[in-house]
Amino acid sequence: MAKTPITFTLNDVEKALFVDDGAALIDVLRRGAGDLTPKQGCAQGTCGACTVLIEGVPHLSCLTLAETVDGKRIDTTGGLAGGPNLHALQDAFISGFAAQCGFCTSGMLMSAKALLDANPNPTRDDVIEAISGNLCRCTGYEPIVDAILAAAARLQGRSA
Amino acid sequence: MDSTIEFRKDLFADERDDNLKEIGKPTIRQDILGHVTGRTPYYDDHLFDGMLHMRAVRSPHHHAQITSIDTSAAETMPGVRKVATAKDVPNNLNTLLALIGFGRDDEPLCAHDKVRYVGEAVAWVIADTERQARDAVAKVNVSYNVLPHVLDVEEAIAPGAPVVNEVYPNNTFDYHAKYDHQKLRFGDVNAAFARADHIIEAEYQMSPIEQAPIETCGAIAAPETNDRFVCYTNTQALFFSLGTTAKLLDIASSRLHFVGGTAGGGFGGKVDSVVEPTAVLGSMLTGKPVKFAWDRYEEMQVGAPRGGERWRLKDGVMNDGTIIAREFTGFFDSGAYMRLSPYAIIKGTGHLPGPYTIPNVASNVYCCITNRTPATAMRGFGITAVDFAIECQMDRVAEAVGMNPIELRIMNAYRDGDIKAHRRKAKNTALIECCQVAAGKAGWAISADAAAQSSLVGGGADRAVIPETVTDQEGRIGERRQGRVASTSPSKQPTGRVAAGVHGETKVAAPVQNPDMQIDADRIGHKMGASDAVLPATPVTPAVPIAPRPAAPPVAATPVVTPTYVAPAAAPIAPTPASADGRKPYEPKPYARSARPGSSSFTSGYRRR
Repeated sequence: MAKTPITFTLNDVEKALFVDDGAALIDVLRRGAGDLTPKQGCAQGTCGACTVLIEGVPHLSCLTLAETVDGKRIDTTGGLAGGPNLHALQDAFISGFAAQCGFCTSGMLMSAKALLDANPNPTRDDVIEAISGNLCRCTGYEPIVDAILAAAARLQGRSA
Repeated sequence: MDSTIEFRKDLFADERDDNLKEIGKPTIRQDILGHVTGRTPYYDDHLFDGMLHMRAVRSPHHHAQITSIDTSAAETMPGVRKVATAKDVPNNLNTLLALIGFGRDDEPLCAHDKVRYVGEAVAWVIADTERQARDAVAKVNVSYNVLPHVLDVEEAIAPGAPVVNEVYPNNTFDYHAKYDHQKLRFGDVNAAFARADHIIEAEYQMSPIEQAPIETCGAIAAPETNDRFVCYTNTQALFFSLGTTAKLLDIASSRLHFVGGTAGGGFGGKVDSVVEPTAVLGSMLTGKPVKFAWDRYEEMQVGAPRGGERWRLKDGVMNDGTIIAREFTGFFDSGAYMRLSPYAIIKGTGHLPGPYTIPNVASNVYCCITNRTPATAMRGFGITAVDFAIECQMDRVAEAVGMNPIELRIMNAYRDGDIKAHRRKAKNTALIECCQVAAGKAGWAISADAAAQSSLVGGGADRAVIPETVTDQEGRIGERRQGRVASTSPSKQPTGRVAAGVHGETKVAAPVQNPDMQIDADRIGHKMGASDAVLPATPVTPAVPIAPRPAAPPVAATPVVTPTYVAPAAAPIAPTPASADGRKPYEPKPYARSARPGSSSFTSGYRRR
């Protein structure tokens, strides 16, 4: 099977890989680059568990052809924590009980990060809109929305 | 974070330790750090070099004979390592609860003679990549002879319906080795209906519900050292899955090393132990690590849902709102195989008539086999749907008698010490308190009397008595399918009566209605007469006024009551001669080795020995 060489930056680390024609980005990230943080829930673009950021914009990695990310920057939950310290979103998800089984959490965090990077002071409706492509079956969405708003407040030096 | 949980510390004060350190305070989940960093290891996060991918060839038909399977084209497809069929499964028949000796083996891991639901596996392809496995699946050529199918529970148990699963030729589970349904008899509903001021009847239909975890069911199996296999799985029932795999593959469980404990959502949909034996089989056949996972379509179509249920309720109600009789006719849609549905019905029957004290209760519940996806566990299954029906019914009753629906519930609520219809005493009851809190939260006015009621007061005494109970023999296995019993609801033609009694631990005088009860008489918990003065000689005046009950059964006069069971006329089901069209008449099968009769025909409960 034909292979295509691609390079991309994954969480600040340069990667060079050969990918199969038609390979989905999620398979290349998980099995090729060894980043297991994006999760596959549906492989058809409906659940959002595989959400990653390409050039800062959320994308569904199950529907993204790997060869299209050549030369681009990809961020996943694997790179969210800065060294030993958790990102404010991660802290807020922990203290706000915003995860139960955890399977949707990686994608949820990526959608939230894209929102806060673009809009540091989101309204509740902004948050709901931002995670509207991420399904959660355990906790309901309220703790997740609360956690994202709490993280936004902390990043802005406010109390929620 | 402030807790938003409100505690009613006045309730059950003597049963609760107030020195709790955790309840009511936010506590950090022990696994959440892994979740937010993406490091939680789900089954699919275990990487193996050279892992193969396994996909199933699935039935497009509800019901069809498999006439041929041609795998030759698939075997020559790129990347294909193995095409497997039923003949590759060493012991291709099981039932999920075989591990606790419940029910007959009725389900193959891979269909071999016929398919019984859309999506049933008929073959598997194991290939180097998932894409190659999918492409080869499309090349497996299966020929079918399509059969008539049945998708409705009541059509399934009607005479002439196609037999879905030959292990259960009635299209129902066989309860207590005798009946095509699970019975509950408590008191005499028909006598009570005759004197009730109102009869309220309604039917409730609940749809199947897919658990829909975000992570679909899947497993990775790989050869280990010492001739063992490791299996990483997201099962919710690790030891069920291990035992089921050992049985289906006919290998010692000591050769299986199962690793689980992390599921990306489950909700009951990951207990059926299908993906684990399949993945281990794939690994046995290829000697390689093999992943078998459902895609989203399979999770929805093949993944067992909460089964659909149909319930008909009939209540006998007095003008003051007292419910004096309640009759249930229930139908569980088990799908093509039993799995957990017969057990769910036993659980549900123990719950009837809901959290209410009703002195006359009768129920027939059918575990029906249809050509639908097999049903399984989901969050309170066996209880949830009938509770929905019961609470809808309570609102209808309130409307019929012109009562406040919450006061109606409080009036009929069970209280500590009351006997339940399955002959266990109710304890830690709290419906009254739940109603009172719900009324307060909703701003729904209730009377001062209703607000003053308590689950701790007014129960027991005459409400602890098991009434004289009518029994019947209707619905024996095979009768219905032969057209001999038309009605599915509890019989109006009693064939016996069991004297009143009380719940008791001594159980020495339990009446033996039928031979199959003999071995289990000690389980019934029905004590005749009263040696320890539980039965009141005179009516007890409760400390707090409670809803008047209908007359208590006449049990106080004689201290010991002799069972007055009248044996039914011997009426064995005679084999019917072959019909004119030459079709073989229906013959019920004897019980297989793994099936055990339950406790009795008028109580529920199933206990491991």
